[in-house]
Amino acid sequence: MSVLLQIEDLRTQFYTSAGTVRAVDGISYTVNEGETVGIVGESGCGKSVGALSILRLIPDPPGRIASGSIRFAGTNLLTLNDAEIRKVRGGQIAMVFQEPMTSLNPVLTIGLQLCETMELHLKMTPEQARSRATELLGMVGISEPERRLQQYPHHLSGGMRQRVMIALALSCKPKLIIADEPTTALDVTIQAQILELMKDLTRRLGVALIIITHNLGVVARYSDRVYVMYAGKIVEGGNASDIYHRPVHPYTLGLLRSVPRMDRPRGDRLIPIDGQPPDLTREIEGCAYRPRCSFAVARCEKEVPPLESAGGGHTSACFEKARLERLLKEAS
Amino acid sequence: MSAVAGATLRRDASQAAQAGQPLLEVRNLKMHFTMTKGILSRGTAAKIKAVDDVSFTIARGETLGLVGESGCGKTTTGRCILHLEKLTSGEIIFEGQNLTKLGRKALNEKRERMQVIFQDPFSSLNPRMKVGDIIGEPMKVHGIYPKQKERDERVAELLLVCGLNPKFMDRYPHEMSGGQRQRVGIARALALNPQFIVCDEAVSALDVSIQAQVINLLESLREQFHLSYLFIAHDLSVVHHLCHRVAVMYLGRLVELADSDELFSNPLHPYTQALLAAVPIPDPDVERQRAHRVMKGEIPSPINPPSGCVFHPRCPLAVGSCQHEVPQLRELKPGHWVSCPRV
Repeated sequence: MSVLLQIEDLRTQFYTSAGTVRAVDGISYTVNEGETVGIVGESGCGKSVGALSILRLIPDPPGRIASGSIRFAGTNLLTLNDAEIRKVRGGQIAMVFQEPMTSLNPVLTIGLQLCETMELHLKMTPEQARSRATELLGMVGISEPERRLQQYPHHLSGGMRQRVMIALALSCKPKLIIADEPTTALDVTIQAQILELMKDLTRRLGVALIIITHNLGVVARYSDRVYVMYAGKIVEGGNASDIYHRPVHPYTLGLLRSVPRMDRPRGDRLIPIDGQPPDLTREIEGCAYRPRCSFAVARCEKEVPPLESAGGGHTSACFEKARLERLLKEAS
Repeated sequence: MSAVAGATLRRDASQAAQAGQPLLEVRNLKMHFTMTKGILSRGTAAKIKAVDDVSFTIARGETLGLVGESGCGKTTTGRCILHLEKLTSGEIIFEGQNLTKLGRKALNEKRERMQVIFQDPFSSLNPRMKVGDIIGEPMKVHGIYPKQKERDERVAELLLVCGLNPKFMDRYPHEMSGGQRQRVGIARALALNPQFIVCDEAVSALDVSIQAQVINLLESLREQFHLSYLFIAHDLSVVHHLCHRVAVMYLGRLVELADSDELFSNPLHPYTQALLAAVPIPDPDVERQRAHRVMKGEIPSPINPPSGCVFHPRCPLAVGSCQHEVPQLRELKPGHWVSCPRV
């Protein structure tokens, strides 16, 4: 499988009156062609900013991509000019946002929004665009597509709107779709419908997918590989099964222990992570997770642990990963 | 926790003696909202049956989970129990007294004993009030601890009980994180020594690591003060973890009610089955082995609900009779109630 997207040492910062927020602080990861990558973390960990940075959708000011490179199919997206990046947005890389109500234009019909994109990116005639729009709506499971094209977003339910967003994302045959909390605003049965649809369509069309979510279950169900983020950094990465069964970062372990699981009998107390995530406006010395970490050693106070291999494509940014691994092995 | 807090918050023996009868009984609760045609016309355009014939009980010290998707009436049920809505019909019996029959004064006295924790820790706390005043206000309103000094002592105790530093008293909500604010909301709910708390999506807005802290706090408070919760939530994993029994609602109606472990291991109603199948489990190996059946269709509009069983248009078991017969809850196993004639 060849590499489609390669992000290296990306840093995105926001310059606010409260200080510089290092929202994304040196992340590196890759996405291969056709695979589904999950990026998981809690609010404020930089997962969305990291994704928006790929398409250079960071509002400037106050934000700025301070350094790094984003290689997509051979080109560094950070060196493109405005006209060139506009061709990539919605063309080769599409995005599905969390809130389908605010990401569709309320005063334009569904048809217009779908056709506009295709006329612009694929240079289709209005007739061609219209017939493809009908086909796309059918593909995402919307009944009576002809009639829906003339409707406005408020005519549709939340789940339907998210289907339209997916149709829009697929319209220009992208190589990569970035889905930022695509189902967080939806009910659980609708969430399942939308995620199954996205999985099915991306697999069938060979589109790579980045799912950004705080929901560990969603990542477990749909991702091939997973990256865990904390305080602007990737703390662990690897294939989904390794991350969930053989975590080599204390934060990942903490997350997994703090979620209740429906498939296990009740009774045990959850083991929460004490404390709170750090304030990103302050300079963090050493490992950002150290104040909440039960594995912390003296070294963690001064040095930032680099993301290093823990074997078999599994990476971890923890000095004590060997001890953690040993303890988990003993416990199981 | 300090000895003072233990003494002030502990239930007296006489209340514990009534353990036989349920603390709360909801009988045939109906809450119908009317939609008017316009601002000027008086005609009724539609009736929305937000809650339709719902009955359940909650024992002392028990947590009952109320789950369902948006618009199923779970929040309205909670509000009706607290008498924040005027019921269309039905009875709410709390500590042996029918709240619907009580006068305003008697009802207000009862309200001391039932409290609520809301979902959003940002909008449910007054941004212009200090934390100490937020927690102290219910005591002021109900005339408990009329002296400022006593009240402050009690607020400090409550903050400690909820895992916050008593110094937070002088802070404003915006100076605190979401998890801390939710703890303030919990301290406020505890201020009047309630017996029963409605937790309306109380942990939904919190991040996983903070959510676990608050879940554990709710659990230890329940044990410590022998509280009963009505835990309204859409996150089924949290409900399974926290609740003794669980009731599932769909479009204003109760479709299934059972012990938590029983409901999650052996769901009988087709809606409950679909709901549980839709929840992803945080384990890729388990997920790979699960059948991902997706329920078709969307929740119908409550303005114009389907006839008969409201679930029949989406139900895999539906037969002709489901279109006109409204199913009643039946006890299929001891304590396991289902409103579907086909299971």
